[in-house]
Amino acid sequence: MSDAVVTLADGAGGKASRRLVEELFLPELRNPMLEPLGDAALVSVNGTRLAFTTDSYVVRPLRFPGGDIGELAVNGTVNDLAVSGATPLALTAGFVIEEGFPIEELRAIAASMARAAHDALVSVAAGDTKVVERGAADGLYVTTAGIGLLDPRVELDAKRVQPGDRVLVSGGIAEHGIAVMFARGNLELELDVVSDTAPLHELAGALCALGPELRWMRDPTRGGLATTLNELSAGAGATVVLQEEAIPVREDVRAACEILGIDPLYVANEGKLVAVVAAEAADRALALLRAFPLGAGAALIGEVRADDLPLVLVDTPFGGSRIVDMLVGDPLPRIC
Amino acid sequence: MKYVDEYRDGRAAKAIAAELSTLVVPGSHVKLMEVCGGHTHAIYRHGLDALLPPEVELVHGPGCPVCVIPMGRVDDAISLAERPEVTLASFGDMLRVPGGRRRSLLEAKARGADVRIVYSPLDALALAVAEPEREVVFFGVGFETTAPAIALTLLHARREHVPNFSVFCNHVLIGPALRAILDSPETDIDGFVGPGHVSTVIGTRPYDFVCSEYHRPVVVAGFEPTDILQAVAMLLRQLRDGRAAVENEYGRVVRSEGNPAALAVLDEVFTVRDEFEWRGLGSIPHSGLRIADAFAYWDAERRFEVPGTRIEDPKACRCGDVLRGLAKPYECTVFGTACTPEQPLGTCMVSSEGACAAYYAYGRHRPHEKVHA
Amino acid sequence: MCLAVPGQIIELLDDGQARVDFTGVRRTVSVVFTPEAEPGDWVLIHVGFALATIDEDEAKATLDLLGEAIAAELAV
Repeated sequence: MSDAVVTLADGAGGKASRRLVEELFLPELRNPMLEPLGDAALVSVNGTRLAFTTDSYVVRPLRFPGGDIGELAVNGTVNDLAVSGATPLALTAGFVIEEGFPIEELRAIAASMARAAHDALVSVAAGDTKVVERGAADGLYVTTAGIGLLDPRVELDAKRVQPGDRVLVSGGIAEHGIAVMFARGNLELELDVVSDTAPLHELAGALCALGPELRWMRDPTRGGLATTLNELSAGAGATVVLQEEAIPVREDVRAACEILGIDPLYVANEGKLVAVVAAEAADRALALLRAFPLGAGAALIGEVRADDLPLVLVDTPFGGSRIVDMLVGDPLPRIC
Repeated sequence: MKYVDEYRDGRAAKAIAAELSTLVVPGSHVKLMEVCGGHTHAIYRHGLDALLPPEVELVHGPGCPVCVIPMGRVDDAISLAERPEVTLASFGDMLRVPGGRRRSLLEAKARGADVRIVYSPLDALALAVAEPEREVVFFGVGFETTAPAIALTLLHARREHVPNFSVFCNHVLIGPALRAILDSPETDIDGFVGPGHVSTVIGTRPYDFVCSEYHRPVVVAGFEPTDILQAVAMLLRQLRDGRAAVENEYGRVVRSEGNPAALAVLDEVFTVRDEFEWRGLGSIPHSGLRIADAFAYWDAERRFEVPGTRIEDPKACRCGDVLRGLAKPYECTVFGTACTPEQPLGTCMVSSEGACAAYYAYGRHRPHEKVHA
Repeated sequence: MCLAVPGQIIELLDDGQARVDFTGVRRTVSVVFTPEAEPGDWVLIHVGFALATIDEDEAKATLDLLGEAIAAELAV
C-alpha cells in the first residue's frame, strides 16, 4: 500500500471517507471517546456532560448562493453540537490563508461568521491564523471546534434505536450540494437554489423535549441523507426503510438532479436535521419542528424495521424497493 | 416535472403490471432483453422487477456505452490526461471506470492530471477557447444518442478554427451490438425492449432486421416506469399473437425516421471503423465511429500518440455472458466479492448502468436471490 | 442510458441556440437538431442538445392508455 494516495473520494463523506477513518485514524488514535465515531465527543467533567466537536471547511467556491465558508463553518459546528443533544456554548476558529488572499474578502468572511454566531447564540471565543505560500490552501481553509452542554433529558445513541421507531427530516434535501455544484460554474446551468446553511440549535433543542423518545439525531452533510442513514443503520444494527414519495425535495432541486443524473439522497445539506423518534412521538416531533420557520417542511420519511441487516431501503411507489447504499465518492453527473 | 411525473404514476404502473399476468401462459418462461443501460437502471431504481409476473425474465443487454469501453482505451485516455499540457474534459460517467491495473481518471486527477467534468461537449470547446494555452481533449463516449452532439461540436471547432481542441472518439453503434447478440449461439432472447433515446436519432427502422431476419419483436420504450411496463405488455402481446414487428411505445419523442438533422451531421463528421472492441463482447465489425479525415486535425488519436494497448478482462469475469443475457449478475463467482462498484473487475460493474452495478446497488437484498453482499 | 430530460423553450437565441427551462433550472442548449421548435414547445435535451420535440398528441395518447389501464384494473 506504500504508493497508495488519498483521493477526492476519501473526502466525500461516504464509504471511502469512512474507510480512511476506520482503517487509518481509528487504529492509530484509538481511545474510548473516539470509538463511537459520532459527530461529537462526549466528555464528562465533575458530573457535567459536555459535547466537543471539530470540523474543517474546504468548500469551493468560498462564496456561493446562500452563504460563504465562514457561515458554513459556524453553522456546521453549531449543528454537530446541536444534533448531539448539546446547547452550543463556544467555538474556536482556525484559518489557513493563502498568501495573496484579499483582505476585504477575509473581512467579509469574518463578518459572516460573526452574524452566524450571533444567530446561533454562540461566540467565537478563540482562534488561530496561519498563512501559507501562494498555491497552497486554495484561498482559505477554516477549521472550527465547538463545545456545548449536553441536555440531561436525552441520551442520543444509534444503539437506542428500536424497531418501529420513525425517521423524520426537518425539510427539503439536496439544496446545499446543488447550489455549490452550480456555483462552481462548470455545468452552465442557472437556477435559484441557494444553500440551506442554517443553525439547527432551536430545532434540535425543541426535539430534546421528547426525552427518551428521541433516540438519535444527525445533520446529513457531505454524502447526503443516504450516507447519514447508512451510519444509523450500521450503528443500530437494523434496516431503515424510507418511503420515496415522502422525502421532501424542492421541485427545481429535483429537476437539477434529474438533468445531471444525480440522486438527491446523496447530495449535501447544511441546514437540515434527521431524527429518529419513538413511533408514539412522531406526530409530536413533527409539530415541534414545524413550529419553527426552519422546520416548516419537516416530514416523516420512514421507519426502522426489525431486520438485522444494516441496510437502508427505499420503498418505491411501484411496490418495489431498492437499496440506498453508502456513497462511493462524490455524486458525479452522468449522461448515461 | 412535466412529461416525467405523469409517466411515473404508481397506480398506472400497477394496473399495467396486473395486465401482464393475463398476457403470459402460466408456467411459461419468456426472456426479454432491455438493450439499454438506462432501462436497466430505471427498472432497478424504481423496483419494477417486483411488478413483473414470474414468467417474465428481464435480461440486461450491452447498451451501456461506458461499460463497453475496453480497458486499453481508458488507459489511452489516462495517458492523454497525464500530459502536462492536456486538459481532459469528460462526462462524469467515465471518471471512475478503471483501466488496466485498476487506475481511473479520478485517480489520475488525484495524482495531478487536469481532468474536468462537463455536462456538454460544447462546454469542453468553450473551455478550449477560454484557455488557449491548454490542449483540451474531450473524451467522447456514447451511442448514437450522444455522437451527434460531438459531431456538432467538431463542426463548430472547425468553423471557429479552434486549434487547441480535439476529441478522443469512442462512440459505438447499437445495431451491430444487437446483431452480435442475436448471432451468439446460446442466445435465447424472445423479444427486445428497444433503446428509447438512441431511437430519437436513428428512428425505428434500424431494428427491422431483428424482426425480418431473427423473428423477434422489438418495442422501443421510454424510460419512465409506465413506459417500460407498457413496452413489456406490447412485447407479450406480440409473442402471444405470434408476431414479430417493431413497435414504438415512446411515440412522444421517437419518430420512425429518427432525426434527419442529427443523422446528417453524423454522416458528415464520422466514418464507421472496420472493427471496434467491446468489452465483454469482443470485436464487433462496423460497430464504432471514427472521426472523418476532413476533421482529422481535431482527432485526438491523430494529434497525440496513445499507447493503444489491448488489455484482457480478468479470467473470472463473466461480463460477456451477462451482457448477452446468459447469466445473471449473482451467478458470477466474483459478484459482490472481488468485483464490487468500488473495485469493479468487469464492465458490467463499472458504471451505474451496468447490469451488475445496478443489481448490486439496488437489488442485492431481494430474498429470492441470495448473494454475498 | 442516454439521460435526456424534457425542457420548455423560453426563447430562441442566435446560432442555433435556445434558452430552456426545466422546472426552475435554466440552460442554453443547442436546437440545431430541432429546427422546427418554437418558444413554448417542449423538447428532449441530452448533453445540452435538443434531440426531439415532444409531440403533445402522442404524449396524451400514451397517458390515455395509462388511464385506460387504471380504469380496467378498477373495473375488475
